[in-house]
Amino acid sequence: MIAIALLLAAPVLAGLVAMLVRSNAKRPWVLPALGVVHVAAALAAIAGRADGHAHDPLVASLWIRLDAIGSVVLLTLSVLFLIISWYAPGYLAARSERPNRLLIVCSCLFLALASLATLSQHLGLMWAAIEGATLACAPMIYFNHNPRSIEATWKYLMVGGVGLALALLGTFFLAYAAIASGKPVELTYEALAAHGALSEPWVRVAFVLLLVGYGTKMGLAPLHTWKPDAYGEAIGFVGALLAGGMTSVAVLALARVVGLVDLLGQGEFARQALTVMGLLSMAWAAAFMIRQTDIKRMLAYSSVEHMGIIAVGLALGPVALPAVLLHLVGNAWAKSALFLSAGNIHRAFASKHIPAVSGAILRLPVSASLFLIGFLAATGTPPFSLFLSELGLFKAAAATASWWTAGIFLACLVVIFIGFSATVVAAVLGDTDAPEPEPLLGDSWRTTAAPFAGLGLVLVLGLWLPAPLKALFDEAQEDARHGRVLEAQP
Amino acid sequence: MVDLLLALVMLLNFALLGSGRIRVLIRTAALQGMVISALPLALGHELGLRGIVLALVALAVKGILVPAVLLRAFDKLAIKREVEPFIGFVASLLLCALGTGFAVLIGRHLPLAPEHAGSLAVAASLATVMAGFLLLITRLKAITQATGYLVLENGIGIFGLTLVGGVPFLVETTLLLDLVAGVFVMVIVMNHIHRAFTTLDTRQLTALKE
Repeated sequence: MIAIALLLAAPVLAGLVAMLVRSNAKRPWVLPALGVVHVAAALAAIAGRADGHAHDPLVASLWIRLDAIGSVVLLTLSVLFLIISWYAPGYLAARSERPNRLLIVCSCLFLALASLATLSQHLGLMWAAIEGATLACAPMIYFNHNPRSIEATWKYLMVGGVGLALALLGTFFLAYAAIASGKPVELTYEALAAHGALSEPWVRVAFVLLLVGYGTKMGLAPLHTWKPDAYGEAIGFVGALLAGGMTSVAVLALARVVGLVDLLGQGEFARQALTVMGLLSMAWAAAFMIRQTDIKRMLAYSSVEHMGIIAVGLALGPVALPAVLLHLVGNAWAKSALFLSAGNIHRAFASKHIPAVSGAILRLPVSASLFLIGFLAATGTPPFSLFLSELGLFKAAAATASWWTAGIFLACLVVIFIGFSATVVAAVLGDTDAPEPEPLLGDSWRTTAAPFAGLGLVLVLGLWLPAPLKALFDEAQEDARHGRVLEAQP
Repeated sequence: MVDLLLALVMLLNFALLGSGRIRVLIRTAALQGMVISALPLALGHELGLRGIVLALVALAVKGILVPAVLLRAFDKLAIKREVEPFIGFVASLLLCALGTGFAVLIGRHLPLAPEHAGSLAVAASLATVMAGFLLLITRLKAITQATGYLVLENGIGIFGLTLVGGVPFLVETTLLLDLVAGVFVMVIVMNHIHRAFTTLDTRQLTALKE
């Protein structure tokens, strides 16, 4: 109870502190402090899940509760934030020309709202939290205040705003499906799931709207158009927060909706739609990753790819859920390493385009190596955890005899590996005539330790899955298998 | 009474797509928001004090506060008064008519609960969502796009208010808060667009592409 309250209160408090701190140089240290507190609170909340939710006044309404799948996403988000938060002071020290108050306050606000989304057991609350988190990100994207970043922010706001508006309409449609079937309306997952099969047309239209809405936030093709622009123009750590945090929360929303729609009798329809969008995203990403010369846009398309993989995994049903969750965790943490190291390279070369960026390993040996290894992790090379999760998904597709899905899945992965590697190799290896970066822009532990930690975690997960995490994956799978939206109340 | 108001909302969609002045456009969207916020009062249910207060707050937000924010931005940024559509007004109106017809068609095919039989709500809601979407994609200025977003939210509001009814108080207040916050953020970004590009013409926003 205290831990859950802390998950929401700590970021809000940190935001207030950041607002009051006058010094542009000291303010970024709010983030590492918040990161530590938040991870501690998340671990405590997850560990305390087992004992007695029933006496919890927060939980009594059944709007806020930490279930297994929510725990996984919360942990992903919290650790991602911790990684990013330890990078922020070093990065912002090199960017002292820009005031960072808005950036830091919005980061704290984002963490609060994204955490709320992982705890929500109510469709309306979940929607509001994601909408709020979306808005909190907007000022972070235009931190650079140049025309390009402002253009990206506007597109992000418009596309995301419309997408989420449609998700809200879908939420209402789902509520009306209950009314049209003569049942009382209540927007908690538990109450909706208890209805069983509901009016088919309403549930179907609702699912399409929710898929479009949360699919836009995830960045599934063809709704991903905001993504390359926003990720390309935002500074590295905002890109990492969007690609690892925002998308993971959107995946959670979609996973909950898919589970719910299954219980309401339209699972088959939902799975078909998800498979099509997932494979389309992978293919689309593959097409745009070939000959991509912008390293940050490349990462955006990689994110489209991974969201596609996750969508395909969700379509495969409970059997694939542990692999989906492992993929979600691995993607978020690997993305942090990629975006943060790409940010270092971008800064040192004052460009993110090949061929202006070339031979980065000569100028920034650590960041460039991290970028290169991050690429290997993100493309599912063993021994990183994304290899295991992609293998798990492929096996699940084969086990359910989805041969077409498995084939296209594999083909896209191969094309993406080739396209991605061409760009990364060109950026990292080769010769450079760029001058030695100024001391402040060169490699230092302050801006390389965080991406190193992110990669390390993905590597560890690939070699050894901690038992508590595995237990969470299994519990989430059990919940999905038995259509248990809620664990039994004592 | 309710159907009369819903018909009015649908007519306002045409007014929105036909208006050539930004000021008129924002005022029309405000009027539409007020009509929609008044729907719960016209439904004749027992609202209770909380319901009435909420309806009045929604009325103030959608009809006064949000349009005022947009109008202020409009005055401050001293942009040209014309709406500047990407496609002509006649084409916009035709598309709106098509969208409305389509919405009525869908409304007929979705099974309604007995107490809503014959209600215009589904048609009005979808027609307004489509009108908002049309405004968003066919108007060039950032401020008209923001107004389109407002109209889209109006359309969703119709559905929530007339049909679902049971949307809890807390969620409904949060929705209003989100709308206000959303428009505020949009206006702030608009200021930045204006400063960076000295115009709100989104045709300038084309640097980012493959």
